[in-house]
Amino acid sequence: MTPRTDFHKDLTRLQDELLLLGGMVEKAVARAMDALRRRDLDASRQVVREDDIVDLKRFDLEERCIDLIATQQPMAGDLRVIITVLHVAVELERIGDYAEGIAKISLMMGNDPPLKPLIDIPRMAEQSADMLRRSLDAFVNRDIVAATTVCKDDDKIDDLYDQVYRELLTYMLEDPETIRRATYLLWVAHDLERIADRTTNIAERVIFLVTGRLADVSVSRY
Amino acid sequence: MDRREVVLKADRLRVWYGSFLAIKDVDFQAKVGMVTALIGPSGCGKSTLLRSFNRMNDLIPSVKIGGSVEFRGRNIYDSSVDPTELRSRIGMVFQKPNPFPKSIFDNVAFGLRVNGYTGDIYEAVERSLRQAALWEEVKDRLNKSAFALSGGQQQRLCIARALAVEPEVVLMDEPASALDPIATLAIEQLIRELSRVYTIVIVTHNMQQAARVSDETAFLMVDDDRAGYLVEHGDTQQIFTNPKDERTEAYITGRFS
Amino acid sequence: MAAPPHTFDRKARFRRAQGVVFYFLFLGAVLVGIVGLVTLLVQILLQGVPWLSWHLLTDYPSRHPEQAGLRAAIFGTVWIMGLTAVLAVPIGVGAAVYLEEYAPRNWFTRILEINISNLAGVPSIVYGLLGLGLFVQIMSLGKTVLAGAMTLTLLVLPIVILASREAVRAVPSTYREAAYALGADQWQVVKGVVLPASAPGILTGTILAMSRAIGEAAPIVVISGLVYLTFVPASPLDRFTALPLQIFNWAARPQEGFRDLAAAGIIVLLVVLLSMNAVSILLRNRYQTKSEE
Repeated sequence: MTPRTDFHKDLTRLQDELLLLGGMVEKAVARAMDALRRRDLDASRQVVREDDIVDLKRFDLEERCIDLIATQQPMAGDLRVIITVLHVAVELERIGDYAEGIAKISLMMGNDPPLKPLIDIPRMAEQSADMLRRSLDAFVNRDIVAATTVCKDDDKIDDLYDQVYRELLTYMLEDPETIRRATYLLWVAHDLERIADRTTNIAERVIFLVTGRLADVSVSRY
Repeated sequence: MDRREVVLKADRLRVWYGSFLAIKDVDFQAKVGMVTALIGPSGCGKSTLLRSFNRMNDLIPSVKIGGSVEFRGRNIYDSSVDPTELRSRIGMVFQKPNPFPKSIFDNVAFGLRVNGYTGDIYEAVERSLRQAALWEEVKDRLNKSAFALSGGQQQRLCIARALAVEPEVVLMDEPASALDPIATLAIEQLIRELSRVYTIVIVTHNMQQAARVSDETAFLMVDDDRAGYLVEHGDTQQIFTNPKDERTEAYITGRFS
Repeated sequence: MAAPPHTFDRKARFRRAQGVVFYFLFLGAVLVGIVGLVTLLVQILLQGVPWLSWHLLTDYPSRHPEQAGLRAAIFGTVWIMGLTAVLAVPIGVGAAVYLEEYAPRNWFTRILEINISNLAGVPSIVYGLLGLGLFVQIMSLGKTVLAGAMTLTLLVLPIVILASREAVRAVPSTYREAAYALGADQWQVVKGVVLPASAPGILTGTILAMSRAIGEAAPIVVISGLVYLTFVPASPLDRFTALPLQIFNWAARPQEGFRDLAAAGIIVLLVVLLSMNAVSILLRNRYQTKSEE
């Protein structure tokens, strides 16, 4: 037994809860994209509803962090864990909001005929979901190499976003009729790009957690 | 770390009590106008280390010293150094408030008198009490016994007494450990203010206190032979957010059994 | 492994009975002393009070008990005590300070300490004989106040030293540390901190030692002899008598009147003694409240 056994158990539990939130958010993103692709409005509605749970979870985590800071005066590594959890919880909650955003867009699209077969947007979704998973793994493993890779991978998402943007622009220029539907897709792409950005923030927090250094590893173009 | 002038510098300092080695090869620096905290588990020799900076250890007959302690570039254990003069330049505040059984005024004036102060003693007493943030509370009862004061006031009186002889360095040995939380915070605030004028080295077993009052922190540990040694010395902010040594991390996060 | 079977006797009747028995035993021990003392006092008061009068204090001794007084003895005692105090306090306190503050802790100081403790237990007659040999004869001081005072000084010194050492040792080391940390040297620490802080204890110890000396008859008898003086000493080199000596003298006489007179003398001596003790308590209390208020 060490002098702060209970506190350290609380810290472990806090991190487990954060990963739970991470899992919820991953699932929300995946289901929002799936619903978009399948034009399943019920599924989209469910994603929107469940975002409330994500929000509650985030506040719960924040409260616990504040509690621990106020009552335990954490220091050094413990302090960094709590600060990291605090930040990552906010980032995850925002990612959850983007998933909700995507679900709302797909509700707005309703039963409109698809503008085009989706290729790059699902790839963006796949890659940013992968980044999210890897950043959470890096958090669990305290792996700064993996975290740095996540930050670097944001460039690929930015490239894909560029590509989607240009493509949709050509549609809109050719046929103004498509502007509404193209804009919806652009919003989806934008949300995915933001998800990737938030993910790099998480990865940067992992680097802080391990090294105590606060730094932008890569700066998103958007 | 800050690149200020080093006032007090221990070099491979070793302290024995008889044949027992209490401090093993400690290198330490205290820089001008900074508060340096010494932290570490019980028995790691932090108080012993502190007491070797003004040769208070000399008062214990069996103490032997190895290595050196330089004050302003001069080894204080050199045979030409007069320990009484040294102690008037490196003041000390103790764990328990220890005012003399004299009046408040005489407590502060004691150091002035023994050191042959030629100025206006009353003025110097007032100045010291003001510096110790005690003047307003005691100015109407300077001739009352020091024991009439509360614990926190007594400790500030002891600080005033130490400041009266105008030391360059003030050593503090757990100065708030016998005080209640509010008096403790008052002492901490005072230490912050004093650090503008004095170089302060403070021993504390309260890590939060070290974090609050100090600019730099040195962490000492004790080895299997119960000898204290230095583990890490760095900016306080760094030590408490991101210590370099995992033993420091273990100690300050309480993963130390 | 199962714990071995055990029981408690939580009512502990035996324990309580034991407590009661010892309570009465100890109370009895105290009563033996008190009853003895009270009997003695009552007897002396019954015998002596009728003889108390002003002339008892102001007259010289006489062959007639009705006219005999303590004048020479009272003045002799005041002289002796005064001189003893002047001699014993500086030497005693000095020795105590040396032993506590300066002396290294080695076999020599330890032997010194043991000897001083033993000296405190040496019968006073031995000091009387020493004084007779050393001061009266070898130093040829004669049977004078000075010789008597020096003898009593030897008698009380161990007590003064022991009491002063206790007082000096009782000064918290934190005071010394604080003084040293301000740059005081050893003498400044002793003078400025140790002596003032131990003064009440030293004073009390000294007065108690003096009140032991004031009642000592044996060494005075040896030094001064059973003198019959009708004058008051004017200098340390005059002859003297003292209260216990006069009482002893009277008590040894065959006439009934003198025995009662001796009781009256004892009352006077007791009053002086109690006043000295009272003064010591007062002084101690005054110093203590002064340093703690």
